[in-house]
Amino acid sequence: MIEIVAAMERFFMNIGAMDAIKVTLIMAISSTSISAVVGITFGLLLERHNFMGKRIIIRINRTLMGVPPVVIGLLVYLLLMRRGPLGSLSLLFTIQGMILAQTLIITPIISGMVYTHASRSAPSIRQFAKTMGASKWQTNVLMIKEMKHELYFAIVAGFGRSISEVGAVMLVGGNIKGSTRTMTTAISLLKSQGIFTEGVTLGLLLLLMAFILQWMADYFQREDTTDENY
Amino acid sequence: MYKNWQTILLLFFVSLFVVGCSGNDGAMGEKSPGVEEKGKVMMATTTSTADTGLLDFLAPIFKETTGYTLAWTAVGTGEALKMGEDGQVDLVLVHAKSSEEAFVAEGYGVERFPVMYNDFVVVGPKEPIAHTEDITAVFTRITEEKLPFISRGDDSGTHKKEKGIWNAMGMDPTTNPQYLETGQGMGATLTMADEKNGYCLSDRGTYLKLKNDATLTLELHVVCEGASDLLNQYGVIAVNPQIHPRVNFLGANAFIQWICSKEGQEAIKGFGVEEYGQALFIPNAGEDR
Repeated sequence: MIEIVAAMERFFMNIGAMDAIKVTLIMAISSTSISAVVGITFGLLLERHNFMGKRIIIRINRTLMGVPPVVIGLLVYLLLMRRGPLGSLSLLFTIQGMILAQTLIITPIISGMVYTHASRSAPSIRQFAKTMGASKWQTNVLMIKEMKHELYFAIVAGFGRSISEVGAVMLVGGNIKGSTRTMTTAISLLKSQGIFTEGVTLGLLLLLMAFILQWMADYFQREDTTDENY
Repeated sequence: MYKNWQTILLLFFVSLFVVGCSGNDGAMGEKSPGVEEKGKVMMATTTSTADTGLLDFLAPIFKETTGYTLAWTAVGTGEALKMGEDGQVDLVLVHAKSSEEAFVAEGYGVERFPVMYNDFVVVGPKEPIAHTEDITAVFTRITEEKLPFISRGDDSGTHKKEKGIWNAMGMDPTTNPQYLETGQGMGATLTMADEKNGYCLSDRGTYLKLKNDATLTLELHVVCEGASDLLNQYGVIAVNPQIHPRVNFLGANAFIQWICSKEGQEAIKGFGVEEYGQALFIPNAGEDR
């Protein structure tokens, strides 16, 4: 038992696994928070207003939902590199740069999911609010309350994408030990060294995190349904 | 109707794609009618031989001579040897002599043949370290003045070489806060060094190739070269068929024989001369550095 603990300790020290977990969490939480605010606002606004070219914007949004992260990674890299347009900010190979890339990846996912759901349920909610004589602000609050499950689900999906992503964070973050190495890029490195046991361990940890997240989402959802009595 | 059109268009593109791909296959099959097709030899090798384009250059010549198709996966030396241990590949071409000897001693490999060598260079910005032959002086200054140094950090042959130099000097590079471990291949590490205005130990081939081919010219210059510590011997080893009976031992041997033959050695010598003005690898089959 002590041997196993010692082996685990060595592993966590060598690859910088503790740092990788920390970086992963900081990155995923920050980028998901930003994406949630931007994506939900954008999704709801898109549903609310009609304008020329709306269909095209929706199409673009849907396309971006499935964009390969490594493409976004490359774009952000070109943007942030020393001789790129934002090179003076020196954000390349920093956690901020990774958050930027991830936000660009996740925002379309959240906004797309929010829009799809809102376009189905928002008109009736709005109708209801109108008949109750609600103000514009009250209508918006009601809208968010009524759709909270779906919004939550969209955020969980975004978070899941964020912790599992490897292509963009590898390019933009550079997999630097102790500062921009995430759990996924650490796994990729372990594989490239032929160290499979530790790679699988880290993979299981990642799975565990995803499970806890899913479980929490489920827990909140269930609590809500039991509380509601009509 | 609108939906139907979309389906038809999609099918059209898919079929175009399929036809395009199979067309290519046909063209490949018709090549080199002189020699009998003998199948595939799978090799695990280091990123330097693949990134420089050496294997892209050698494989067609090898095929023409022997009929074997050479396929390879480019990974770090550590992983390449691991793939050999697991019998995933038929042979390995790597550059870390002691690990290679251990690989043979443990019975995973049949015999190690030295093939060629290239050399390592320290590259970095022009300032503040001037061009020199003294590797110790360069590494000491980097650590003492806390200059950025980008390390592979992936247990590859190049990383082992770097660690060997630090160890021989009795220095701990990690005391330098600007010492970064990327855990990536040589090309990625070099571009990072360029971005960070830092120093980096690289094999000459990958450095020249990147300097020549990158869209944006690297602002990295050779800071240190020529020291005897910086030579890099490659060895080729066939995976032992007694441990992994499914490996293509005949094919692996054909490659080893060919690359150590006069013809193979001449091919290595000629590679890169036209493009870079110097050979990237110096053949030395039969003698070790």
